[in-house]
Amino acid sequence: MSKSNLVLVPTNKAKSGQIDKLNRWGYIFLIPFMLVFIVFQLIPLVNTLWNSLFENYMSGLKKVGPNFIGLGNYIKLFQEGDLAKYFGNTIIMWILGFIPQITISLLLSAWFTNPMLRLKCQRFFKTVIYLPNLIMASAFAMLFFTMFDTTGPVNGLFIKMGIFKEPYAFLLHVGSTRGLVAFMNCLMWFGNTTILLMAGMMGIPVDLFEAADVDGATPGQVFWKITLPLLRPIFIYVLITSLIGGLQMFDVPQILTNGSGDPMRTSMTLIMFLNKHLFSKNYGMAGALSVLLLIVTGVLSFIVFRMTAQDEVKKNRR
Amino acid sequence: MRNLKKRLALVSALALSGAMLAGCGEAAAPATTTAAKAEETTAAAKADETTAAAADNGAAETEAAAPAASADEGKVLNIQVWNDEFINRVTSHYPGYEKVDDTHGKIGDVEVVWTITPSNDNAYQNNLDSVLPSNADAAADSKVDIFLVEADYALKYVDADANVAMKLSDLGITDADLGDQYQYTKDVVTDANGDLRGASWQACSAGLIYNRDIAKEVIGSDDPAEVQKAVADWATYNDTAKKVADAGYLMTAGYADTFRVYSNNVSAPWVQNGKVVVDANIKQWAEDTKAQVDAGQTTASADLWGDEWAKGFYPAGDTKGVFCYFGPAWFFNFSMHGDDAASIGAKGGWGFTVGPQGHFWGGTWICAANGTDNPTLVKDIILKMTTDKGILKDIATQDSDCVNSKSVLADLSSSADGNLAILGGQNPYAVLAEGAEKVDMSKLSIYDQGCNEEYQKAMKNYFSGAAASYDEALAQFNTAIKEKYPELTTD
Repeated sequence: MSKSNLVLVPTNKAKSGQIDKLNRWGYIFLIPFMLVFIVFQLIPLVNTLWNSLFENYMSGLKKVGPNFIGLGNYIKLFQEGDLAKYFGNTIIMWILGFIPQITISLLLSAWFTNPMLRLKCQRFFKTVIYLPNLIMASAFAMLFFTMFDTTGPVNGLFIKMGIFKEPYAFLLHVGSTRGLVAFMNCLMWFGNTTILLMAGMMGIPVDLFEAADVDGATPGQVFWKITLPLLRPIFIYVLITSLIGGLQMFDVPQILTNGSGDPMRTSMTLIMFLNKHLFSKNYGMAGALSVLLLIVTGVLSFIVFRMTAQDEVKKNRR
Repeated sequence: MRNLKKRLALVSALALSGAMLAGCGEAAAPATTTAAKAEETTAAAKADETTAAAADNGAAETEAAAPAASADEGKVLNIQVWNDEFINRVTSHYPGYEKVDDTHGKIGDVEVVWTITPSNDNAYQNNLDSVLPSNADAAADSKVDIFLVEADYALKYVDADANVAMKLSDLGITDADLGDQYQYTKDVVTDANGDLRGASWQACSAGLIYNRDIAKEVIGSDDPAEVQKAVADWATYNDTAKKVADAGYLMTAGYADTFRVYSNNVSAPWVQNGKVVVDANIKQWAEDTKAQVDAGQTTASADLWGDEWAKGFYPAGDTKGVFCYFGPAWFFNFSMHGDDAASIGAKGGWGFTVGPQGHFWGGTWICAANGTDNPTLVKDIILKMTTDKGILKDIATQDSDCVNSKSVLADLSSSADGNLAILGGQNPYAVLAEGAEKVDMSKLSIYDQGCNEEYQKAMKNYFSGAAASYDEALAQFNTAIKEKYPELTTD
């Protein structure tokens, strides 16, 4: 997009001066944001990058470093850490949770916005599906930890119903642990996604739906041919924010597995791995890992954006 | 013109406030003098204190209330703890302590503030690490005066270079004051130069605590001597475990119960020359426990302190009964739900014996934080709580704690005062006293807590089957160690 779209083309000298003056206000209004951004985002970012080049940690009460070691931390991270494994865990648990989450959200928002259905008590349902998001993630995870414990109510229920013969240790098995994490994330976030998608759907002009109706389109056709394509900008937004949120997944698996990421670290996410370096206050390794995470997030977001927004990118290029 | 007026107003306002600040400076000067005077008084008080201490030694049994000299010291006594154990001990046994609420109290006119930081995930130590090194410079009311440590990481805080815990000799506590304490409790808090930097009221030698009903059913007797024969070493212990499992019970509630018994009888510390070495006895634990989990004699799912683990303190219902737990004296009182009428402990259903190998578990040491502004009170608390025989005997009888006093334990082992209701009237003190003499703390390293925790966490995967082999689980232990202690190497 070129800048000429934003600034009015000056017709005479006097007017242009006025616009310049008004533009200056724009910059002044930006100052608070830029200040906050620089202090709380940019400086820590550069600091992290700088820290990642040093060996710097605590051994007991004694400090080791800081000694400049260049890319030593990065090399160590790739050589020793099971970085790919933790990345895989994170993505698997995110996808496991995101697919049901987006499906349920699309369905619910289509129902809520469909004028033909005229659902009653919409406000009530919208509040209820949003509620899990209001609970602290750690409290939510603690609740699940207790519920799915070998002596917890879920096992008790299943045994009474005769489904299980003896308690099933959910957190000792890979599938059930990852499944629980995914389920919790899905439960916490589908309400939020529904509200976002609804906002997108309500922004679609009603006459398009009416025209489709007149032409005799089925509800399925309306959904796939009209709603989804026009929902794309919001959909991309939801996808990218959820991906970033997913890569930063931490509190739920951390509390659920008591920080261990067990069984055999198959539920350890990248941020949980980052947290492991907190014990020795290892600024170097943690910094290197953070920088890698920033790069991965950036690259993945870019790929998702290019894939889903190809048409718009092409349009703008033209 | 308006602008000019505004500016003038601003300038005059500034000038005024400047004058005010200057005024402040003048006012501050006398204040400093007062402070200096106060310091002098403290110094004088300290001189008094030494004489007072000498007098104290002469009459160790006198139960003076809060010492008078503390009037010139800090008004707030800050104590760092990880649970409410020491709070309860002080509340019930320190003369003159008045409870205000769960984390506040009063000793004379000194306010006592308890800061509880749970030890999970190293949070307690992280907290100490952030406050102790700068304690001397902290504001008077927020200075830490006392902090507690456990054996697992005591060496880190009594380190001479770190110098965060005061030498007891600097507080005026002499070796003679501590003569009745067990040697191992002193070894734990002695720095490399031989200076003592803490003291404990507990001697935590531990043993095997067995369920009397199950013992009668499986072994045929609940007499400690008979039970001891069935668990005398690991071979007989494992045989008994088979019989217990055949009778439909668990030998221990979880995989971690026996860990300390093995890990206390190692031939070398965890870390040697910067390298982590898994001792043969610790590997033996992993192998024995794996066999027991596979045979259904214990579980891989019950973590220490968890709900499933604690089920064994109650009569068997939905879950299997548990034959034994391993623990020291504080375990009876603190962990076995004896105050719950439905528990086995409330009916006196437990027995106590030495078990396959002698061991100890935990114990709490009191350290005076360097930089404290209440040295007199701190000294008095340490002396009263760890050396006063009257108080120690009360602690032993009221809280079933095993106290750090040879004479009190000898007393208790031969008197009915030492018969514990939770153990069905059995007197465990002779066994505990003998154990405390034998405990050897020379195999400690500052890395023990991290190594012990991570080894158990990693091996849990081996027991549950998540790790295909011992080596796979060991690899995860090594990874975790390198994250926690970047300076260490592993195999």
